[in-house]
Amino acid sequence: MASNSISLMWRGIQQRYNLIGTKCKTCGQAFFPPRKNCPKCRRKGQIEELKFSGNGKVFSHSVVHAPPEGFENQVPYIISLVELEEGPLVTAQIVDCEPSEIQIGTKVKKVFRRVSEGGKSGIINYGYKFVLDR
Amino acid sequence: MKEVYIIGTGITKFGELWDKSFRDLAVDAGIQAIADSKVDVSEIDGVFGGTMSSGRFIGQEHAAALIADYAGITPKPAIRCEAACASGGVAFRAGYFAVASGAMDTAVVGGVEKMTDVFTEQAAVTLGGAGDQEWEVFNGATFPALYALIARRHMKEFGTTEEQLAQVAVKNHLNGSMNPIAQYQMPITIETVMNSSPVADPLKLFDCSPITDGAAAVVIASKEVAKEHCEKPIKVLASAQASDTLALHDRRKITTLDATRFAAKDAFKQADTTPSKIDIAEVHDCFTIAEICAIEDLGFFEKGKGGKATEDGLTALEGQLAVNTSGGLKACGHPVGATGIKQIVEAVKQLNQEAGKRNRKNVDLALTHNVGGTGATAVVHILGRGY
Amino acid sequence: MKTGIVGYGTYIPKYRIKTEEIASVWGKDADRVKKGLMVKEKSVPAPDEDAITIGVEAARNAVVHSGIDVKKIGAIYMGSESHPYAVKPSSATVAEAIGTTPNLTAADYEFACKAGTAAIQTSMGLVSSKMVEYAMAIGADTSQGQPGDALEFTAAAGGAAFIIGREDLVAEINDTFSFTTDTPDFWRREGQEFPRHGARFTGTPAYFKHITGATRGLLEKTGESIEEFDHVVFHQPNGKFPNAVAKILGVPKEKLTAGLKVVDFGNTYSGATPLGIAAVLDICKAGDKILATSFGSGAGSDSFSITATDKLLEKRKTQKTTVQKYIDNKKYINYAIYAKYRKKIKAI
Repeated sequence: MASNSISLMWRGIQQRYNLIGTKCKTCGQAFFPPRKNCPKCRRKGQIEELKFSGNGKVFSHSVVHAPPEGFENQVPYIISLVELEEGPLVTAQIVDCEPSEIQIGTKVKKVFRRVSEGGKSGIINYGYKFVLDR
Repeated sequence: MKEVYIIGTGITKFGELWDKSFRDLAVDAGIQAIADSKVDVSEIDGVFGGTMSSGRFIGQEHAAALIADYAGITPKPAIRCEAACASGGVAFRAGYFAVASGAMDTAVVGGVEKMTDVFTEQAAVTLGGAGDQEWEVFNGATFPALYALIARRHMKEFGTTEEQLAQVAVKNHLNGSMNPIAQYQMPITIETVMNSSPVADPLKLFDCSPITDGAAAVVIASKEVAKEHCEKPIKVLASAQASDTLALHDRRKITTLDATRFAAKDAFKQADTTPSKIDIAEVHDCFTIAEICAIEDLGFFEKGKGGKATEDGLTALEGQLAVNTSGGLKACGHPVGATGIKQIVEAVKQLNQEAGKRNRKNVDLALTHNVGGTGATAVVHILGRGY
Repeated sequence: MKTGIVGYGTYIPKYRIKTEEIASVWGKDADRVKKGLMVKEKSVPAPDEDAITIGVEAARNAVVHSGIDVKKIGAIYMGSESHPYAVKPSSATVAEAIGTTPNLTAADYEFACKAGTAAIQTSMGLVSSKMVEYAMAIGADTSQGQPGDALEFTAAAGGAAFIIGREDLVAEINDTFSFTTDTPDFWRREGQEFPRHGARFTGTPAYFKHITGATRGLLEKTGESIEEFDHVVFHQPNGKFPNAVAKILGVPKEKLTAGLKVVDFGNTYSGATPLGIAAVLDICKAGDKILATSFGSGAGSDSFSITATDKLLEKRKTQKTTVQKYIDNKKYINYAIYAKYRKKIKAI
């Protein structure tokens, strides 16, 4: 599994821990995950780092009952597309709530959680998830 | 560009084929297609093979060489094509280019996947490779979950219902019940779908295509070669492909597959025809919601009306157009790399009136639509009778 | 050199299990347990929470509360007895998650339940010596109690983080005094899942001797008396011990109330005394004096004399999180879910 690759996860630490993405100064579009080229402005694009606030709302949501390897102990869990207030959608889990508490438009905020681990002896991968923002 | 014809088809049984290996399946389909085409093996200039993940499913890379070897096609070149679930469609297109350009006169194009040699959880991880590993799959998104996110929005924006989604499965199971190679040949009811266990809300078990072993192959040739061997060749009228963002979260709209729209627009232009002229379409229904989106994005129905159209029977065998006469990915099965070629095989059979009980009465134009991932790749082909 | 707290933050997981629920599984009389331990429920970490995630949430809250530039934090010390790794620092992950890396020092502490206050003392030293401008001290735990053991009723999860500095203090730390001996009252051997304890031995020779030793030592050192303090916080493994030690030291019960939160969420180990101090800072008046003494098995106590400033009240107007908010944001789970979340089911 990719999440067992320590260098792959290490490269994404700032993005996963702090929702660091990018923004094109030319057109104003924000990117998460970060892009180093603006697909719209191409050569005229000017990319700078952007730290997202972590506030957003549910754009769409599902409850996973059939887990992939490594997520067996978490079922059922909520997967959502969260629309960040800066614009982009991010794919993430929503935790500490029941599926019935979620609908399109529900306000959420980021939290710092364990996302996966490389078995009992491997590296623990931390990152963003979301909780209800009451 | 030269005209390209399909002159032979081959397909294995689709299902959990415990006693068949990857190479067994690929070779079975390939040899069948070559025999059907009546060409001699020596006339074949090359092999194009689509497989999504032989490496993850059976640990075997270099799959095209293996197939050429076991099918006895060496020393002719063998090329593997990969675009997740659209690997078959992309392989066909690669072969099409080879023949259309004149670089080859005859080619075998196949697709194969052997998925049941791993446990379901591992298969789910492997299929997840069609999405964005670092930003979707890492966070626990599964393929059913990503399509469920599409379904939830489609329901919200267009009022599509879970029952309408279920009707896609009901129709495709009915078609599959008439297809002897289909994985599932039992008709089902709306209740079967609605009462099946949840996989990724709102998608239930019967909204999902299964894990399948299988292979399909076709022989394609230039007009000259086709005329030598074949009385009822099928002409490739259009071959189109488009790309979109890998991750669902980066799409312009998650309820519209832009790659499908662009590929379809190009294909209709190439074939100089319109959606209303199509009689049968094999579309990529990896999940029921995918068929609803497909029939809208291909231009058969207005955006948002796909659910209603399905409910009203417009996509049934003798409806406005027949969608997924093979049973689709849902009932016929979805050996990912083979699916794009299976769609072509089904289209050929329908055009030649060789599909038995599930053959639509009049078929002049057929369309196939193969999608990779949640829509990052879409391949559309339009086929008609040749000469 | 004046040192003190420039900002603090807390975190308590949302899930709770009631004393009754645990008692019913082991055939114990819940009323008797509740009366004995004075704990009505305890916090339970979600399956994706650990000491690091709790430490990060508390640290982020502390940064927001302080309003300082995180890059000026020159040291992070995190105390816990449930660091997720035996080898790999929790403090480095916290540093990365709050954005202080790379120009700082960091290390993890373990001293049973007093590792958090040990981190505060170290921070004070670095700040007062001007080795760093700000230092962060964290106490956070997801403590474990063996199923069926008395500890299971109290072993809870939570944490607090303090940013220690020299200026713009919300509370001045007037002085600190420690009392340490080798006392085997509670331990967990390397590689063992659950701790063991000396039952009644954890009382007189351990908790009571060290808390009284450190507290009396502090008062002697500073010349202060119990009467001068408005609030008193003692390490709270349960509700009974801090009340008993208060009696020994002559602390009136009402002075314990603001900082005695074990009844609401259990013993958060390294987080316990820090959360008690934070709970007092959440509600006290400017000028209030706080006496706080931690206890860590093995054994030792750190005692602190703290005075709240006007700045605390100013910051309270915009303060986003409080211990009480976390206490109120809760969801009860049954023993089966608790066993799943805490991986007490042998097969997972």
